[in-house]
Amino acid sequence: MTETTRTIEVNQLARVEGEGALHLAIDGGQLTAAQLRIFEPPRYFEALLRGRDCREAPDITARICGICPVAYLMSSCAAIEDLCGLSVPAPIADLRRLLYCGEWIESHVLHMFMLHLPDFLGYPDAVSMAREHGDLVRTALRIKKAGNGIVALLGGREIHPINVRIGGFYRLPTRAELAPLRDELAWALDAAEQALLPLAALDFPDFERAYTFVALRHDSEYPMGRGRLVSSDGIDLPVASYDDYLTEHHVRHSTSLHSRTAAGGVVHLGPLARYALNHDRLTPRARAAAQAAGLPPVVRNPFRSILVRGVEVVLALEEALRLIDGYVPGDTPAVAFEPRAGTGYGATEAPRGVLYHRYTVGEDGLITDAKIVAPTSVNQAVIEADLRHYVEPNLHRPDAELRAVCETAIRNYDPCISCSAHFLKLTVERR
Amino acid sequence: MNAPAKPRLAVWKFASCDGCQLSLLDCEDELLAVADGVEIALFPEASSRMLPGPYDVSLVEGSITTAHDRERIQDVRAQSRLLVTIGACATAGGIQALRNLRDVEEWKRIVYARPDWIDSLATSTPIAAHVKVDYELRGCPVSKAQLLELLAALLAGRRPNVATSSVCEECKARGTACVLVAHGTPCLGPVTQAGCGAICPAYDRGCYGCFGPKETPNPAALSEQLLALGMDRAALGRFYRTFNAAAPAFGDEAQRHDPQP
Repeated sequence: MTETTRTIEVNQLARVEGEGALHLAIDGGQLTAAQLRIFEPPRYFEALLRGRDCREAPDITARICGICPVAYLMSSCAAIEDLCGLSVPAPIADLRRLLYCGEWIESHVLHMFMLHLPDFLGYPDAVSMAREHGDLVRTALRIKKAGNGIVALLGGREIHPINVRIGGFYRLPTRAELAPLRDELAWALDAAEQALLPLAALDFPDFERAYTFVALRHDSEYPMGRGRLVSSDGIDLPVASYDDYLTEHHVRHSTSLHSRTAAGGVVHLGPLARYALNHDRLTPRARAAAQAAGLPPVVRNPFRSILVRGVEVVLALEEALRLIDGYVPGDTPAVAFEPRAGTGYGATEAPRGVLYHRYTVGEDGLITDAKIVAPTSVNQAVIEADLRHYVEPNLHRPDAELRAVCETAIRNYDPCISCSAHFLKLTVERR
Repeated sequence: MNAPAKPRLAVWKFASCDGCQLSLLDCEDELLAVADGVEIALFPEASSRMLPGPYDVSLVEGSITTAHDRERIQDVRAQSRLLVTIGACATAGGIQALRNLRDVEEWKRIVYARPDWIDSLATSTPIAAHVKVDYELRGCPVSKAQLLELLAALLAGRRPNVATSSVCEECKARGTACVLVAHGTPCLGPVTQAGCGAICPAYDRGCYGCFGPKETPNPAALSEQLLALGMDRAALGRFYRTFNAAAPAFGDEAQRHDPQP
C-alpha cells in the first residue's frame, strides 16, 4: 500500500449488542490512533436508581441489558445482600447458579454461532451460514434453547426474568418441574462437545498478548455468582475492595467510562480470564473439552475466545445437570430481611466478565448512590490495545482485510455496547 | 422464473437494552422459518449485511433520547411502509423516561465526570411522539408469541391479533389464584395490558406493569386497594413509575400520589 491518504468507513459494526464506532488513524505508515468510540445514548441508570427502594434494584438494573439480564439480577442481589448482611442457604445459592448456567449457555451459544462464527466462515450472518451449515446452525439453536429453557422455567421468561429477588426467589420450582429440562440438557452437553471440534479447526490469526486477567475465584467452584476478585498479577481481594483496584475515567470518545488500575494498567475480563484463573475448577467434561479443542490452561490468543466460550458452555451444561439432579427445594423461596443503611458490594461473572455493583442505602431503604461497572466498559481499553497491537504489524495489508479482522477482534470480546453504546463506525484514515 | 419478492424487514435500535430485538433471535424454533419468509434487509444485531431501504416492515426498538435520534426516526419512517414499535421503550419511553420528571443535567453530573461531553435530550419519548406508528407491541420485553403473530399477520396482509385486555384475564385463563385478593400482594394486573401470559402471579409475585396500561384502565380504584393494603403514597408512585412511567395512565396516577418523586 503506497497511498499516503486513505479513509475507509464501515457505517456500523454488526453482530454486537448495541452500537459504537472504531476509529483507526494511520499517518505516514504509523498507527496514530485506535479508538473504540461508544455513542450509545446514556440512560443514566446510576442516577435513576437514586430514591428507589433497594429491593427494586434487581428488576431495574436487569433492564440495562437484554442479553445478560441474569447477570444484572445476580450482581444487584449480591450487593444488597452484602449490605444487609444476608447469606442465602445452599438450595437458593444452587438455584441461582442453575439460572446463571442457563444464561451462560444461551448467551455464549448466541455469541459463538450467531455473532462470531460467521466471521471465521465468511458469512454476513447465521441465517446465510445455515444454507451451507444447516446442521451446525440448527444444533446451535437447539443448545441455545436448552439454556433458555432453564431461564424461562426458573426465571419466568428468557429476557428480564421476573422470579428473582433479594434473598432468593419468589417461587421455588419443584423437582418435577425441573426434571423435564434434563433430557434436553443431556443432549445439549453431547452436542456442545461435538460442535466444539470443527471450531477448534478454524484458522485463527497467530496473535497473543500478555494480558492482565481479572476474574472471580471461589473456594470450590468455577466462578459465576460469587468469589473473590483475583488477577494474573497476584491480587486477591474481597469484592468490597473493587474500587481500590479499578477506577473509572471518562474519555471523550465514549459514553461508556474506561477502567484502569491504580498504576494505569489495562485489565482483561471475560472467558479467557475466568478460564486462565480457574482452570483447576473446571468440571471434568469441560476440562476434557478444552483438551480436545487443543487449548492450553492459559489462552492468550483472543481469537480463540470462541473455543473458551465453548468450554464454558460444556461446563454450564454439566453444572446444570448436576444441580437439577441434586436439587431439593428448601423451606423458603427467599430469606427474609429488612433493608438497612450502609454500602454493599456485589460482583458476579456475566458471560462477558466481572459485573460490579455498589449501592449506598439510607435508613429508609432507599438508594442514595449506585455504581455499576459493566464488563464491556472495563474491556474497552484492552480492545483498543488489541487493535493497536494487531494493526501495527499489518499496516501493509489491504484495508478490507484489515477492517474484517478488526471487526472480528472486537467481536472476540462479545462486547455488549447496549450497556452504554450506540454507533460502531469503523474509520480507517491513512495519511 | 423469478420468485416473488419477499417482504423486506428492517430492525432498528434507539435507546434500549436490545432485549426486544433479541426476542427475535430467541425464537429458536421459528427463526429459520421467519428468515425464509422475509428478506432480512437490515438487522445489525444479527447480520453484517445491511441493505438500503425502502423496507416493507420496520421493527423499532428503543426510545428517542438524543437530537440525533430525533432526526434518525424521521428517516426510518420515510423508508418504511409499515412501522411497528417493539417494547416498552419504543411505545412508552422505557425506564429511561424517569428522567422526564427530573433534571437531566443533574443526572449527567451524577454519572459522568465531564457532563459537557454528553449529548442527550431532557426527555425520553416514545416513537409515536415523533412519527406515525402503525402497530405497537408492548412489554419489557415484548412476548415472542406476539412478535411472531405480528410478523405472520403482516406477511399475510391481515391485522395482528394482539390482546388489549388486562393481565387479570390471562391470570384467570391460566388458573392462577388472585395474588391481590388471596394474599394481599400488591399487583398492577388489573390495569396492565395482557400479553406476557400473567407470569408474575404464577410465580407468586404481583404484576409490576411491564406491558404498560391496558385500554381504559381504572388505576384510581386499584390505588385505593393498594393504599388499603398499607402501601404508602411514595411507594405507590414508584410502583407505577417503572418501565412505563411515561405512559399517561401510569404516569398521571403516580403523579397524583407522589407529585415530587
